[in-house]
Amino acid sequence: MNAPTTPVTILYFAWIRERVGRSEESLVLPAAIATVADLIDHLAERGGGYASAFVTRRTIRCAVNQEFADQSAAIAPGDEIAFFPPVTGG
Amino acid sequence: MATIKVQTEDFDVSREIAALTAGRSDIGGIGCFVGVVRERAGADQAPEPVAAMTLEHYPGMTERAIARIAEQAEQRFDILGCTVIHRVGTLRTGDNIVLVLAVSAHRQPALDATAFLIDWLKTKAPFWKREEFADGSGAWVDAREADDAAAERWSRDG
Repeated sequence: MNAPTTPVTILYFAWIRERVGRSEESLVLPAAIATVADLIDHLAERGGGYASAFVTRRTIRCAVNQEFADQSAAIAPGDEIAFFPPVTGG
Repeated sequence: MATIKVQTEDFDVSREIAALTAGRSDIGGIGCFVGVVRERAGADQAPEPVAAMTLEHYPGMTERAIARIAEQAEQRFDILGCTVIHRVGTLRTGDNIVLVLAVSAHRQPALDATAFLIDWLKTKAPFWKREEFADGSGAWVDAREADDAAAERWSRDG
């Protein structure tokens, strides 16, 4: 188990990356953040590009440690959390 | 035993078929799907022709996700091997995007596995397409409900 001071890595892809204005960042999770949904709330509160990126939460997909996850998924220090729109490959 | 590649460079279909079938005498059929960049992509509502398409992906997760899809194909269908090659980066109209090959003793598992692989790739692998138009504007392609429906028809436990 990582210490609470271990940061999470947050990755952004496609138009979410464009709105946020970066592709990656590290963040030490405030104690109150336990799930992906909590993290989205926290990021959206930053306003600006973050608020714009997370305005329609229904369309946001996420992965925790490179596995697709629901927004209700638990997150912990050291995790890699990615936000992206529905995939459009193939 | 699946061959999985995510790459910027083009692929040669004949060479990939030869690699998948080399040294084997038990293969009786080869399923093949090649996806290419269309002039009117997206949901066909684009007001003008697409000049280029850029494919973004999630390095690390992409390969894992495709490996898992290939494992599912090998469990569900009686195939002897498969190949998935997905290009990333900037592509032009007519360029290859994706190659799916599946081989089996008889035709049906190869055909079914090929359809399964491309249907699941479209909805369960982290790629995103951005279309660029001649005037320099661009737009991210929206996910299509038809693709979700196509993937759903294979749903048994996933």
